[in-house]
Amino acid sequence: MADMSHTWMRRNRMTITPLLFLLPGMLFFAAYVIIPIFQSFNISLYEWDGLGEATFVGLRNYEELATDRAFEISLWNNVKWLLLYLLAIPAGLFIALFLNQTVTGIRLYKSLFFFPFVISQVVVGLVFSWFYLPNDGLFDIISGWFGIDVRGGVLGNPNTATYGIIAAGLWPQTAYCMILYLTGLNAVDPEQVEAGRLDGAKGWRMLWHVILPQLRPATFIAFVVTIIGALRSFDLISIMTNGGPFGSTRVLSFYMFEKALSEYGFRMGYGSAIAVVLFFIMLFFIAYFLWSMYRDERAARR
Amino acid sequence: MLKSFTKVAGALALTTAMVMPAAAAELSGTLRIISDMSNPAPRAIMEGLAADFDAMHPNLTVEVDVVDREAWKSQIRNALTANPPDVVNWYAANRMGPYVKAGLFEDISDMYAGGDLPGLDSVKGAMTLDDKQWGVPYTYYQWGIYYREDIFKELGLTEPATFDEEIANCAKIVESGRKCYTIGSKFLWTAGGWFDYMNMRTNGFDFHMQLARGEVSWTDDRVRETFANWRKLIDMGAFIDDHQTYSWQEALPFMVKGEAAAYLMGNFVVPHLRDAGLTDEQIDFYQFPLIADVPMGEDAPTDTFHIASGAQNKEAARAFLQFVTSPDVQTKINAGAGLGQLPVNAAASVDDDEFLNQGFEMLSNNATGGIAQFFDRDFPAEMAALGMEGLQEFMVFPDNLDDILARLESSRQRIYK
Repeated sequence: MADMSHTWMRRNRMTITPLLFLLPGMLFFAAYVIIPIFQSFNISLYEWDGLGEATFVGLRNYEELATDRAFEISLWNNVKWLLLYLLAIPAGLFIALFLNQTVTGIRLYKSLFFFPFVISQVVVGLVFSWFYLPNDGLFDIISGWFGIDVRGGVLGNPNTATYGIIAAGLWPQTAYCMILYLTGLNAVDPEQVEAGRLDGAKGWRMLWHVILPQLRPATFIAFVVTIIGALRSFDLISIMTNGGPFGSTRVLSFYMFEKALSEYGFRMGYGSAIAVVLFFIMLFFIAYFLWSMYRDERAARR
Repeated sequence: MLKSFTKVAGALALTTAMVMPAAAAELSGTLRIISDMSNPAPRAIMEGLAADFDAMHPNLTVEVDVVDREAWKSQIRNALTANPPDVVNWYAANRMGPYVKAGLFEDISDMYAGGDLPGLDSVKGAMTLDDKQWGVPYTYYQWGIYYREDIFKELGLTEPATFDEEIANCAKIVESGRKCYTIGSKFLWTAGGWFDYMNMRTNGFDFHMQLARGEVSWTDDRVRETFANWRKLIDMGAFIDDHQTYSWQEALPFMVKGEAAAYLMGNFVVPHLRDAGLTDEQIDFYQFPLIADVPMGEDAPTDTFHIASGAQNKEAARAFLQFVTSPDVQTKINAGAGLGQLPVNAAASVDDDEFLNQGFEMLSNNATGGIAQFFDRDFPAEMAALGMEGLQEFMVFPDNLDDILARLESSRQRIYK
C-alpha cells in the first residue's frame, strides 16, 4: 500500500507536470509553425500555380532567384529597413527619458506619444501617403520652404520612396520602444543613481554608465521586436506604394506575396523560395537572440 | 393487409417524389453567390438581382456575399477551392485561364449549344477557352477618350480622327498650359490600356493578340514602332507629371479642375466625373484615333458570372445564369441608374445615355478590327504583371526602352512554354 503513493507519475511529478502543461502549446506550435516551414521548403522545389498539379523542378527556383533583379532590389531594401529601423531604439529611449518626469498631465502626453503604435499600420500608411503627396502633401509644402523639391514626390521617386516608407514605419515603432523604456526606467534603482551622483556623474555619463546598463532587458526586447518588425514589414509597402515605383520599394515579404498570392501571382514555388531565403535571414537573428537569452538564463541560474 | 398497404403507399410516395421535379422544375435549397460588385451602384444591382430571383422561386433561398472588388482578385482562388459557392463573378478571356485549367469552373457549353442562352452569340467568343464556354457575361463597357468638351471649344479643337490631328490638338492644349491626358499609373493597368490602343492602332488587332499569345517577340520592330508612336506623345509632355504616384481615381481631379483635357478610360469613369461636378455638356467621348491603316480594334472588358465546379446547387446556378442574361434583366441592370454599361444580350436595349449610345455605336459599327478584353485579361497573368510594370517605367523613363523590351522578351521565353 505504501508503494502506491510512490507511482512513477508521483516520483517524476516535477518533470512531467510542466511538460504536460507545455504539450498543447508545443502541439499547436508544431502544427502551425514547424510543419508549415518544412512544407514551404518542400513547395520551393516545385513549380506550382496553387490550383492544379505541382511539377518538381529541384533547385531551379533558387537559380532563377540568383539572377532576378527584383529579388536583388528586395534584398537590398530589406538591409536598408534593418539598419534604419534600428533608429527607433535610440529615438524611443530619448523620448522615454524626456517623458520620465512627474509633471501634471504627463500621462496624457505619454498616451499621445504611444498612440501611433495603437492605430493600424494601414491607417499609418494611408496618412503618410497623403503626407507625401506631390504638390499637395504637407511634406512637399514644408520642404518647399527650404527650397527642396523631390522630383515625383517622395513616394513617386524610386530613389526616395523606400526611405519615405521607413520613416512612416518608424513612427509607430518609436512609440513601442518608448513604452518599453518607460517601463524599464520605472525599474531603475534610485540608490544606484544616488551613488552615481555622489561620484560626480552627470548627464551623458550618468546615462551611459548608470542607467543604460539597468535597461538592458528593455533594450534587448526592443532590438528583437525592431529587427523582426523590419524584416516582416509588408502592410506599409502594400498600402503606400504597392511595391512601386518601378519595384524600388519591394521587400522580400512583399515580393513573395506578389509572386505567390497576389492577383497576378500564380507561382507558389517561386514565392516559397523567396520565403525560404527570408526565413534563413531571420533565423540568423533569431538564433542569436535565443542563444543570448539562454546564456543570460544560465548566468542567472548559477 | 397493412403490410401491402404500406408497400403501395410507399410506392405512391416514391413515384410522386420522382414525378414532381420533372413536372414543376421547382428550384429548392440554397443558392450561394459570391459577387465582387462592391461599388455602391453595382452592389445595389447585385442585391436586387438576388432578391428578384429569390422572389421568383419560393422554395429557394438566395444568399449573396459581396466582396471588395480588388480583394476578390486574390480571394477567388481560396473561394473556389475551399467550400466553393454556387455562382461567382470573374472576367472573360484569358483571365479565366488558371481556373479553367484547374477545373474550378463548370463547363456550360451545353447551355450555349442547347439554346438556353439566346441572344449571346456575339459575346460567346469572349467566354470560350479550348472550344468550350465557361461562364456568361453580364455587362461590358467601351474604352475610349473622354474629354472636356468645354476646353476643346475654348481652344477651337474638334474630335480628331487620325493620329496627326490628335498630336496637333495636343500641341495646342499643351501651349495653353494644360496637359492633354490625365492618367494614374500607380496600379499599373491604366498604362496597359494605353499600350493596348497604341499597339492595336499601330499594328492591328491580330498582331496584338499574337503578342498576347506569346507568338511574337517583344523586341520585334513592330513593337518598337508602337512604342515610338507612344513616345511622340510622352515627349511633347502630353501626360500629367508624376502619374506613377496616383491611382486612377486620384488622377480624376486633374481633368475635373481643367488641368488636363482628356482621359483614356472605360465608361465607368463617367459617373465619377458627373459626381465631381462636371455636366454632360462638359464631357464628351471619341474613339481612339486611327494611326496606321489597319481595322480598328477596341478594348471592351467583359464582367462575368461563372458556376463553380464544386457547387452544391448547380441547377439553381444555371437558372440564375439564364435569369441574369435574359433581355429584360439585361436592360434593367445595365440602365443608367444601375451599372450604366452595355448589355450583352442582343435583344436587350441600351439605355438612352449619351456615352452608352456612342459606345454602343462604336462597338457595333466601328470596331472592325475586333474586341479585346484589356491588357491584363488578354495576356496571361505573369506576363501581364511584368508587362505593365515595363509600360509604367517606359512612360516615366522612355529612354529605358531597350532594357524594358529585353526584360519582357526573356520573361516571355520563360512564361510561354
